[in-house]
Amino acid sequence: MTSRLSGSDLTLAYDHHRRVVAEHLDVRIPDGSFTVIVGPNACGKSTLLRALSGLLAPRHGTVALDGAAISSYRAKEVARRLGLLAQSATAPEGISVADLVARGRYPHQRLLRQWTPEDEFQVARAMAATGVTELADRAVDELSGGQRQRVWMAMALAQQTDILLLDEPTTYLDIAYQIDLLDLCADLHEQGRTLVAVLHDLNQACRYATHLIAMKTGKIVAEGNPREIITAELVEDVYGLACQVIPDPQTHTPLVVPAARSARGARSAG
Amino acid sequence: MSRRLTFRAPGIALRLDARTLWVSGALLLAALAAVTLTVVAVGIRLPLADIAEILRGGGRRADRFVLLDLRLPRVCLGLLTGAALAVSGAVFQSLSRNPLGSPDIVGFTTGSATGAVLAIVVFGAGPVGSAFAAVVGGIATALIVYGLTARGGGSVRRLVLVGIGIAAMLVAVNSYLISRARLDAAQSAAVWLVGTLNGRTWDYVRLLGIALAILTPPLLLLSRRLQMLAMGEDSARSLGVPVAGSRLSLMVLAVAICAVSTAATGPVAFVALAAPQVTRRLTRSPRVQLLPAAITGALLMVLSDFIAQRILAPAQLPVGVVTGAVGGAYLAWLLSVQWRKGNG
Ligand SMILES: Nc1ncnc2c1ncn2[C@@H]1O[C@H](COP(=O)(O)OP(=O)(O)OP(=O)(O)O)[C@@H](O)[C@H]1O
Ligand SMILES: [Mg+2]
Repeated sequence: MTSRLSGSDLTLAYDHHRRVVAEHLDVRIPDGSFTVIVGPNACGKSTLLRALSGLLAPRHGTVALDGAAISSYRAKEVARRLGLLAQSATAPEGISVADLVARGRYPHQRLLRQWTPEDEFQVARAMAATGVTELADRAVDELSGGQRQRVWMAMALAQQTDILLLDEPTTYLDIAYQIDLLDLCADLHEQGRTLVAVLHDLNQACRYATHLIAMKTGKIVAEGNPREIITAELVEDVYGLACQVIPDPQTHTPLVVPAARSARGARSAG
Repeated sequence: MSRRLTFRAPGIALRLDARTLWVSGALLLAALAAVTLTVVAVGIRLPLADIAEILRGGGRRADRFVLLDLRLPRVCLGLLTGAALAVSGAVFQSLSRNPLGSPDIVGFTTGSATGAVLAIVVFGAGPVGSAFAAVVGGIATALIVYGLTARGGGSVRRLVLVGIGIAAMLVAVNSYLISRARLDAAQSAAVWLVGTLNGRTWDYVRLLGIALAILTPPLLLLSRRLQMLAMGEDSARSLGVPVAGSRLSLMVLAVAICAVSTAATGPVAFVALAAPQVTRRLTRSPRVQLLPAAITGALLMVLSDFIAQRILAPAQLPVGVVTGAVGGAYLAWLLSVQWRKGNG
């Protein structure tokens, strides 16, 4: 398995290295995969994505992009190869949807070449793919959470990178838009892009991932094809939740069904 | 969103905001009108025909002196310092995401004055020495404010609050120094309490012009990164902006521009605060507009100086008194708006 993006022996920490999130973490993103990262809140998924995209310098270890340390590239060069949809991003006050999406073109622009036909085309295409074309002239801060999420996705798409890292791209989206967005990701994957997405819905993860990474407190506890690794034991181990795993009636991928409250011996109220 | 104009030629592909373009044009015309008004009518009237005659090398000697040695250098210096303060203010407001993050509010201009006053009162410095000390004082103040807030995350709100505190302390320091000085030193130092264009010669224009010619082009080249930084550190970085380096260069240039301009005039209040905000309201654009803000700043400065020279004529007020009075009202309004929005 070849990998353009990988991290080896990573120690990831915040606050001048005082809060250590992960140690001795090795991760390889298989080329051309749709990799999905799952794990409980605060286990370090976003932190790992930030490190893989070069936003967070690891305290120890290196992230390698196309055979060289990611820190050795110029910021713009990284941004032409790898895009990131962050978990919480804020738009500048009053900026319009079209303007925000257009900023995804920044890594491809130069001082005198700021708005080429290619830029125009890619921005229009990204907005159409995420269904935000009708919102083009609206101010981003006046949109609903789900609309905003799709605008940020459009910006990441306009960046036209081979590798796309998405931190919880389906948050705020209603069920139909969640499936739309995952289908869009699957399309991109089929066109040859490498995708890495953090998802909380295990069943969606199992349906769409070609490679699944399960994390727990800064460690990778299992990875591989979801059909092979998702078991009731793994879910119990990672989330501490008793469950049953049955085949998905539509796709025959694993379907995680949490055990009923009574079967879990849930505490009685009061 | 307003209309966009696209310009494409081989090797060039630019997109400009239509409204920003015509607003800038209108501001430019207004600035031109203000300059003309000042040159013609600020004291004894010099009709345009006479001015044209003088510029061709003729005219009466007294008129030549008034125009070439008094009014023109003064109005030119006003244009330069107004534009410089506005650009510096726009950069700081954008980096701090807060209108109150302006160099005149967070103490950088007052710090320049402290440098100059110290040099005059303690070391008996002349005009050149005190201007130099003003540059040093402004930069030192910026370093102190930045140093006090950079530790522990360097939140923007803290930078503004610490800066306002430092500014208040420096005002006290300046008054104290002057009150303890000998009479003649106190007189020349007192000029530094309020910014003024009174008695400024071509020397000031030339020096400031050279300094700005060096400092401004790199700042304009960085203005696209400034736009991107407004998206927050992570987004800017993941779109390919080297965040730390860009922010540092932008701050250093903006501090330097503010410091050299304050060295030429003393601390002129509120232009750095108001010009970018006024521009933003006129263009209705969420982008930081360095050049349009510069035009607004130049216009505000020249107009204020016209008022300063006319209001108690023949006595000439320092321009800082006018900008202080008008700007103070503007600041009160701005604060009340921010307060109501709940992010004051
Ligand atoms: N900027 C930060 N400064 C300090 N600590 C942080 C920062 N961001 C995250 N952390 C800490 O690092 C740990 C991992 O956080 P991270 O955001 O990676 O979790 P996550 O797996 O993405 O969680 P979630 O599912 O809630 O998004 C948490 O304990 C969190 O408190
Ligand atoms: Mg997260």
